[in-house]
Amino acid sequence: MNYKEEISISEKKLRRKTIVSFSIFILLMLSGIFLWKKLHQEPQIAQTPKTLRKVLNTNENIFSGFLSDQHLAKSYPVSASVKNVRVNGNVGMGNDFDPSTWKLKVVRNYGDTLFLTLDDIKALPKTEIIFDFKCIEGWSQVTHWGGVKFSDFAAKYNLNAQTKMNYAGMETPDKKYYVGLDMPSMMHPQTILCYEMNGKPLPMNQGYPLRLMTTVKYGIKDLKRIQTIFFSNERPRDYWYERGYDYFSGL
Amino acid sequence: MKKVIRKHPLAIRWFHWINFPVIAIMVWSGMLIYWANDIYKIGFGDKTILKFFPDSFYKALNIPFRLAEGMSLHFVFMWLFAINGFIYFLYLAFSGEWKLIVPDKKSLKEAWLVVLHDLHIKKTAPPQKKYNAAQRIAYTGVIVMGLGSVLTGLSIYKPVQFHVLCSILGGYEWARIEHFILTILFTLFFVVHIVQVILAGWNNFRSMVTGLDVLPTANDMMLQPAAVSKEIGLHQTPAPVTQMQNEKNANDLLREEEPGDSSNKDAKTNEVSQGEHDNNNSTEADK
Repeated sequence: MNYKEEISISEKKLRRKTIVSFSIFILLMLSGIFLWKKLHQEPQIAQTPKTLRKVLNTNENIFSGFLSDQHLAKSYPVSASVKNVRVNGNVGMGNDFDPSTWKLKVVRNYGDTLFLTLDDIKALPKTEIIFDFKCIEGWSQVTHWGGVKFSDFAAKYNLNAQTKMNYAGMETPDKKYYVGLDMPSMMHPQTILCYEMNGKPLPMNQGYPLRLMTTVKYGIKDLKRIQTIFFSNERPRDYWYERGYDYFSGL
Repeated sequence: MKKVIRKHPLAIRWFHWINFPVIAIMVWSGMLIYWANDIYKIGFGDKTILKFFPDSFYKALNIPFRLAEGMSLHFVFMWLFAINGFIYFLYLAFSGEWKLIVPDKKSLKEAWLVVLHDLHIKKTAPPQKKYNAAQRIAYTGVIVMGLGSVLTGLSIYKPVQFHVLCSILGGYEWARIEHFILTILFTLFFVVHIVQVILAGWNNFRSMVTGLDVLPTANDMMLQPAAVSKEIGLHQTPAPVTQMQNEKNANDLLREEEPGDSSNKDAKTNEVSQGEHDNNNSTEADK
């Protein structure tokens, strides 16, 4: 190493070098502050500055590349699942809901909507997942869910054309809560249309009669009380995306 | 004439000053995220000694209800943190600069002596090169911490896709705890670093901007050897021979410079002659 190599330099030159270095230094620090301020004044897309959104979309492109049907979330034994499952949200869960008249609407195309009862869905093979559910807030819980794999459901109801599209959207009956999921996540083997929790029918506050449950997204995507499922090549509207969160929100 | 040492290469100064605001943003956005599930505390049984963090702390910094903002900042600036850190690592590895930073066998023992010296318990500290033993341990440790933050962060960010990494780190919740502890360590590093920089004084701070460590002149050396040895950070009184040589050399330079004064060409020849002279010096100091 050449450390300790002494150099002689005239005081004038040293002073000049110091002034130049510090000028550059201060200029860079100021432009850092300027960029930071500018970032916060930028036009926003869904409550997030444009530049940040762009990078988040790039993150999605990078990390969705790792998403695969072979990458399964760890499964736990039934005994590991908690009894008191945390209830964390009630948007779209208004009281003016009559479960007895509920039917799942699957919009296959304009004017081509499938109406299904809970029994129709229960008639399909049941899949159970016991996994570490993760909330975007940072907590997690090992929970136990049962339902129909969405990929099984799609195969049964001939949604081949639909599942070739980029996204699936879901909404509650009152349309107050709505999510969009990329199709690879929707077709993941651990994504289910869920009607059971801990081996019993879903409680009302967990989204009876039908909710989404997936291991590859934060809980914000697990819409409770699904009324409508539809398909699109564009991103369907998404409740938490509109409130500044990442659209992908994948794990 | 002044004598200087090229202390910090330009690349290291860039890495350092890019890292400073980037880490600040990562810690800040991390707090915005952590608030949404702020369950960590230090204590035993039911007794809490320190809660991370008290409500007054959140209020004072206006942290509550900014999770979305925190996540978007965190997952954008993570790239700058990781890339800057990775290039810094490569730079250290390939420039050989790592030899001045990575601790050696003696470092642990010497670091203790440095601490005693810094606390004014011991008068002298062990001889050192660019960094003392405590600095070597701290600056190497912080690189390891950076790697730790990236790995624990990745396994909280994508726990299903990187499930192997996540389970090596003890699972999702442990990875989150480790990520949090590393952040606390980073802030502690920052506090100690700032205190040490203030204590080390202007010349030391200036060298992180200009790269140049300005040495006291030969005259200063003759007059105040004790003060000088402290200032150049050798913690050793320079050998008298060295002083003589320095003085002689300075005179030589003055003579050399008279005709052409300080043109660039002259400065270059000076550098070379200084370098040669210095090799003798450093072997002596290394003993």
